[in-house]
Amino acid sequence: MESMDASFGTSEVSFLAPEDVTPEYVSEADTAGTYVENRSTVGEQFVDDARMTCRDVNVYYGDKHAIKNISIDVGRNEVLAMIGPSGCGKSTFLRCLNRMNDTVDTCRVSGDIFLDQLNIYDKSVDVVPLRAQVGMVFQKPNPFPKSIYDNVAYGPKIHGLASSKSELDGVVESSLKKAGLWKEVNDRLDQPGTGLSGGQQQRLCIARAIAVRPEVILMDEPCSALDPIATATIENLISELQEQFTIVIVTHNMQQAARVSQRTAYFHLGDLIEVGSTDRVFTNPRHRLTEDYITGRFG
Amino acid sequence: MSPFSFLVILLAASSFAYMHGKRRAFSLTGSGSGSSRLHSLPGYYGMLTALWCALPALAIFVFWMSCSEWVLTDLAMKTLPASMLNVPVDQANLLVNDLHNLIAGHVAARDINPVLQQAADHYLAMERISYMALAGIMSASALFFSALVYKRIRPRMRARNHVERIIQIALVLCSTIAIITTIGIVLSVLFESIRFFQQVPLTDFLFGLKWSPQMAMRADQAGSSGSFGAIPVLAGTFMISGIALAVAVPVGLLSAIYLSEYASSHVRTWAKPTMEILAGVPTVVYGFFAALVVAPFIRDAGGLFGLDVSSESGLAAGLVMGIMIIPFVSSLSDDVINAVPQTLRDGSYALGATRSETIRKVVIPAALPGIVGGILLAASRAIGETMIVVMAAGLSANLTANPLQAVTTVTVQIVTLLVGDQEFDSPKTLAAFALGLLLFTITLILNVIALYVVRKYREEYE
Repeated sequence: MESMDASFGTSEVSFLAPEDVTPEYVSEADTAGTYVENRSTVGEQFVDDARMTCRDVNVYYGDKHAIKNISIDVGRNEVLAMIGPSGCGKSTFLRCLNRMNDTVDTCRVSGDIFLDQLNIYDKSVDVVPLRAQVGMVFQKPNPFPKSIYDNVAYGPKIHGLASSKSELDGVVESSLKKAGLWKEVNDRLDQPGTGLSGGQQQRLCIARAIAVRPEVILMDEPCSALDPIATATIENLISELQEQFTIVIVTHNMQQAARVSQRTAYFHLGDLIEVGSTDRVFTNPRHRLTEDYITGRFG
Repeated sequence: MSPFSFLVILLAASSFAYMHGKRRAFSLTGSGSGSSRLHSLPGYYGMLTALWCALPALAIFVFWMSCSEWVLTDLAMKTLPASMLNVPVDQANLLVNDLHNLIAGHVAARDINPVLQQAADHYLAMERISYMALAGIMSASALFFSALVYKRIRPRMRARNHVERIIQIALVLCSTIAIITTIGIVLSVLFESIRFFQQVPLTDFLFGLKWSPQMAMRADQAGSSGSFGAIPVLAGTFMISGIALAVAVPVGLLSAIYLSEYASSHVRTWAKPTMEILAGVPTVVYGFFAALVVAPFIRDAGGLFGLDVSSESGLAAGLVMGIMIIPFVSSLSDDVINAVPQTLRDGSYALGATRSETIRKVVIPAALPGIVGGILLAASRAIGETMIVVMAAGLSANLTANPLQAVTTVTVQIVTLLVGDQEFDSPKTLAAFALGLLLFTITLILNVIALYVVRKYREEYE
């Protein structure tokens, strides 16, 4: 954790000096339409010890320019929260990080995204091992209609991560333990995963993602379909997982972003408006749009 | 005047009642303030008036028409002298037949007895009176009930609830028709089968290995002993259906997977309807395709390998039948595969699964109940198919496992047993009902097994 804090301290200051980015605050009467925002990114986009680096990423859905020229780093073992109003492109950007957008026919991505030294959009990169390295948890829990055991064992089986049944049992057990689900389900591993409660299903999906030993876990609003207690469980889990994994989480819930993340990125209409340490973004936002969103003036 | 013109008049009358009921409901809203607001939409008041106009009259019509012929015949027969009526039952039936032929204007088989002609004239006269009475009663009922409803239209009247209640009863009646028909068919087949089993022991039928339904007409006739062992016929049915499913299931399932998972939407829009055309080709066309193209081809191809292939073979019929039932498998499987939520596929892709792993391990298991349903539908279609087999597989009931020989199926035997003039007391004819019952039982058992399998291995994704 110290190394990470250090990385924040020494993180490269963005190309925009604070004086430039401190917006000229306009009067309340002034509407957004008459005020031309400076829409380039403010804050600390880049970190020293980056696990994923994204440079000049643009995403188009057909004619729609969904992500506009975004550059950002994801630090090692950090939790990066992406917040912003609906339709701002945060989920789209998240899905670029493990090329899930490939499944959408009309989607086109330009720019470079590196996982460590590997350019994941390079022609030579096979998307299958990439997705094993960059796992994903979805908004709605989507356990396979199989037993709890088979749900977790699915990934290790297809990637050949376990050579024997006992080894596979071990992987399943350790994944469920890491996801905090083992105690609740160890006596009914053969029951269908779809029979669990919503929160348990989501933890099962997290266990399923962990089981293939990814380096990065992407979470797309993982708690939006869950009640507050299940949400608290998942948030605690995220904090524990952070020791082993790099996590990027999209959330609508700003308290959640403040609770679980070290860095926060604010998206607005396809632009990355502001990035910085979570404490700084929430206490001292530098961009007017960020401040408006955080203080609940819109969004 | 034909009684069916009554129905047209009744329809006109009820639309008249509808308009007036609706208009009255409208006029009630116009006059009052908020307190006299209608309980239901005005159309429901019109509908209720129309229904009460039409339904009682319709019920009277149905009852009258179903009884009148019986009553009138009875009355007409009463006019005949007692000497003509004092005859055995079958001759009395003949007399009734003659009477009806005379009434319908057909030429009677025998010389027309003037007394009978008189009876027929009497019948026709009474029929006219009956129709007039019916018309009177129907219009009285329509007028009475619609006027009653019309008078009772008040803003607080719950017209919608009444109409919905009537519609609900109509729905129940419709579903009952299907159920009662099924029961009726089963019972009629069952009773004829029981007559058959009184003459041929059940064990001989179920376990006999020889099917040769020709009965001896004379006691001293040789050769036509009549043996009713169903095993060869059943074996033929299962062999041909098995060959058909062996063709249709892989081809249909794989094409469904291609269409739903790999094909672009452009390809799918024309490929799927094109495949469904296969289901629309009449089976007799498949039949001569099988008999004239496929069967000779198989015989010639078999000749190249030194095999003795008969010109009518179970293989030819099975292959063509397989082609015919491909759309049942492919179209239904395609629908259920498309119904598997995209989130499940995403979940699998996000774990680094390839497309084929996702299809094999996630999509197909989730879609399995529907796929089994499609295969079952195809199987029952294959078992019940007749035309292709008649034309391509032949009529001889061989008990063989060799698909290159001529075989026959249950349905084909039923057809050959019942075609032409048949006496209904010989086991040869009654055997058709026994075969029908057997076929029905087998498909029923197949359905039950499939339901069980689907329920047991179902992977619910909801």
